[in-house]
Amino acid sequence: MLPPKLATPYVTARGGGLKTCKQEGCDNAVKDKRPVNLDLGTIRLPLAAYTSILHRISGVIVFIGIAILLWLFDLSLGSEDGFNTIRQTLDSFMARLVLWGILSALAYHLVAGIRHLLMDMGIADGKASGTNSARLVVVVGILLILVLGGWLWPAV
Amino acid sequence: MAGRVSSVSSLGRSGLYDWMVQRVSAVLMLAYILFLVIVLVRTPDMQYADWQAIFALTWVKIFSLITLLALCAHAWVGMWTIATDYLTGAMLGSAATCIRFGFQSACLIVLLAYFVWGVQILWSV
Repeated sequence: MLPPKLATPYVTARGGGLKTCKQEGCDNAVKDKRPVNLDLGTIRLPLAAYTSILHRISGVIVFIGIAILLWLFDLSLGSEDGFNTIRQTLDSFMARLVLWGILSALAYHLVAGIRHLLMDMGIADGKASGTNSARLVVVVGILLILVLGGWLWPAV
Repeated sequence: MAGRVSSVSSLGRSGLYDWMVQRVSAVLMLAYILFLVIVLVRTPDMQYADWQAIFALTWVKIFSLITLLALCAHAWVGMWTIATDYLTGAMLGSAATCIRFGFQSACLIVLLAYFVWGVQILWSV
């Protein structure tokens, strides 16, 4: 236990983040025996947390999707027939949708990954700048996914 | 050396090494994706002969092989991170170690298959 006159940090679940109480008389105003909520399922997470978990999910999708990409790569380089088979296969809407899904996951993973790399270098690793860069990841990610859609469905 | 126990299935058996591998491989794959995008943009109506000629170049083969290696290392570290974060005792109880071992073994087999398959594709060009 800390001496009672020291300002004790406490966790609040209401604001969704950490708050440190440093004001005088704070100990009297707020009891630090209040329950601490660290259950991620009930805490409202910041945007950066969602872009981060999406980075992991997209990584797993790419991990599985590489099998399909390698299969396409194999077909495309194996023979001219194989190369043309891809064209025919991609005439199917479902095939294009699957490829779009994999490439979208890859595009998002790439953008969110660049954000993490920049943060490792100390760029946009603050609270406000981190939220802004997370917004940027969402915007650029959606743009890239739309560009990929336009590439896969050029006639539409 | 208690820290060694938890890092037994990490790539370099050290967090810092894995961290570095994760980032270096990411930059390599980024370069390769940019290369592929440039190739596809420069040749909008790609035919088999054009496509085959690109991957017949020695430097493209080397670049592709390095990227394949980077992919496998990157995916291993990534899946290790996910496995050790979510397939834990807190999440799964006493079966966690078994499940995690099975999951990571499956990842290893998949990545080895990807690698051998990728080498075979590049070799045959």
